Amino acid sequence: MTTINEPNVVQRVSRDWQQSHRFQRIILYAVLTAIALLVILPLLWMLSTSLKPKSEWFLPQIYWIPRTFTWNNYQKILDNDSLPIARWFFNSIFVSSTVTVLILIIDSTAAYAYARMEFKGKRMLFGLLLATLFLPGIMFLVPNFLTVTKLGLLNNYAGVIVPGLAGVFGVFFMRQFFESLPKELEEAAYIDGATRVETFLYIALPLAKPALATLGIITFLASWNDFLWPLLVLKDRELLTLPPGLRTLQGAYTSEYGQMMAGAVITSIPVLFLYILLQRYIVESVQTTGLKG
Amino acid sequence: MTVSTKEIAAAMPVQGRKVRFDWVPYLFILPHFLFFVVFAAFPFFLGLFISFFEYDILRPEATQFVGLKNYLSLFTRGTVEFPVFWNALINTIEFVLMSVPFLVIIPLFLALLLNTNLSGKNVYRAIYFAPWVMSSAVIGLLGFWIFQSQGGLLNYYLKDLGIDTPRWLSSMPWAWVSILIVTVWWTSGFNMIIILAALQNIPATLYEAASIDGASWWQRFRYVTIPQLRPVLVFIVIITIIASFNLFAQPLFMTNGGPAQSGGGGSTEPIMLRIYNEGFVRNRMGSGAAMSFVVALIMIFVSYFNFRLFRTRE
Repeated sequence: MTTINEPNVVQRVSRDWQQSHRFQRIILYAVLTAIALLVILPLLWMLSTSLKPKSEWFLPQIYWIPRTFTWNNYQKILDNDSLPIARWFFNSIFVSSTVTVLILIIDSTAAYAYARMEFKGKRMLFGLLLATLFLPGIMFLVPNFLTVTKLGLLNNYAGVIVPGLAGVFGVFFMRQFFESLPKELEEAAYIDGATRVETFLYIALPLAKPALATLGIITFLASWNDFLWPLLVLKDRELLTLPPGLRTLQGAYTSEYGQMMAGAVITSIPVLFLYILLQRYIVESVQTTGLKG
Repeated sequence: MTVSTKEIAAAMPVQGRKVRFDWVPYLFILPHFLFFVVFAAFPFFLGLFISFFEYDILRPEATQFVGLKNYLSLFTRGTVEFPVFWNALINTIEFVLMSVPFLVIIPLFLALLLNTNLSGKNVYRAIYFAPWVMSSAVIGLLGFWIFQSQGGLLNYYLKDLGIDTPRWLSSMPWAWVSILIVTVWWTSGFNMIIILAALQNIPATLYEAASIDGASWWQRFRYVTIPQLRPVLVFIVIITIIASFNLFAQPLFMTNGGPAQSGGGGSTEPIMLRIYNEGFVRNRMGSGAAMSFVVALIMIFVSYFNFRLFRTRE
């Protein structure tokens, strides 16, 4: 393959391209917009249903914009003491934030040691972490449930939080980042007499802020959305997080779609809000990591 | 200021010098390692161990060693487990085979559409990816509402178009079609993002050279894009197979594994739902663990096979 240095060749190629593609560009926009609508309409339908009175859910005529706006569906699920969705919301906030903070702490410290320190057994231990990447998550359900039960963490937030801390993704992710840092800054700190703990806290960690932010967002999203594990561990209704809560909601309101959709909206709003705010971060982190686990 | 490596080595605590046991690195890895051992390494052995027992978590006193029985009953005709396990496993494999082509081709198509210098393409990219940030529980519940045969959005429009409206969630093969559509809607954006990143890394000079050689659009796609994308497409295929194997919330919310069928087991019951029912609804932990080990073995084999296929072609 030859590289092209002649500017007029490049220009001619790109000019031809532009002219022949002006019309195609319009079609492209039309296609892109049609697909965007297809993607977004289910979400709008969720929102629309949640803001309608029951009389409009099944009408022979469908209205995307409710004829009568009502908060009634939200009111109903918020007032229902046997389905404490407000409580679930705060449970979700608590569980997800705790998981995120703990993962950031333990994964970045571990990753720093694997990246920058020498110790006996390092390669073996790191190999052990690597090996579990190839084990499907399905294998862990039953044994981890037994362990959580034995530790007395069943039906307890800790039972939801703790197994997630064993994940190795964050360690790999942070290790890769620390290894990409130039060593000189840390070496300068050692010459100034800093200990390794100080170097980690005051030199490496501040430099790692973007990586920590990325890991934090991914962890929070994954924890907020987690469905199966909290469904297994949490039994009392007051303790549920939102995703398993939605299953309870579906069971309780067999055909009250307005209430169900109100629950779905409440569950989605925080993550959609985060997504809109941090869209670039989230998309780029998925692109760079391929997001394993 | 220049500093020799010797000075650095001398300044760095312990490194390279035999002083005494250096415990600092171990302290750094300890918190994560503790959780890792208890919830990621040990469970492998605990799961294997428990799969040799008849074990009901509600009646631990009735626990008994049964050897390979939990495994054998999955492979012996006439046991209770045999038909339901294979029904769910075959359902899952069918879902994998059905969903993976859609979840590669649609995202590839979307990524190609967005791999231009259109203004506003980041907005489209953000919209296509958006469903992925929501919980599978929300996706399942929303699917349950939209695919309702009475009052559901989809049938409303199909009726308008004069198309026969199936009972999506309670008849076959429509129940599977619904789950497939919902899953494609939910996760296509994720695969698209990864493919798009790979597309943007293809050197422009390759396309320019191909254009000058008179290559058509199709030839550029076939002989430049596809070979350049091969590694990422293999990666996408592997992670999508794994994701489809883990199908759980969509059928749980939308069909609850149904409609029921005469041979036992639900028509849309995936293996995760079967293991959930076996281990956590029927409380047969030993049998549930055995099932998950068999499935995990299949998943590891499939991933390895894919990986090998890709390696030999490189």
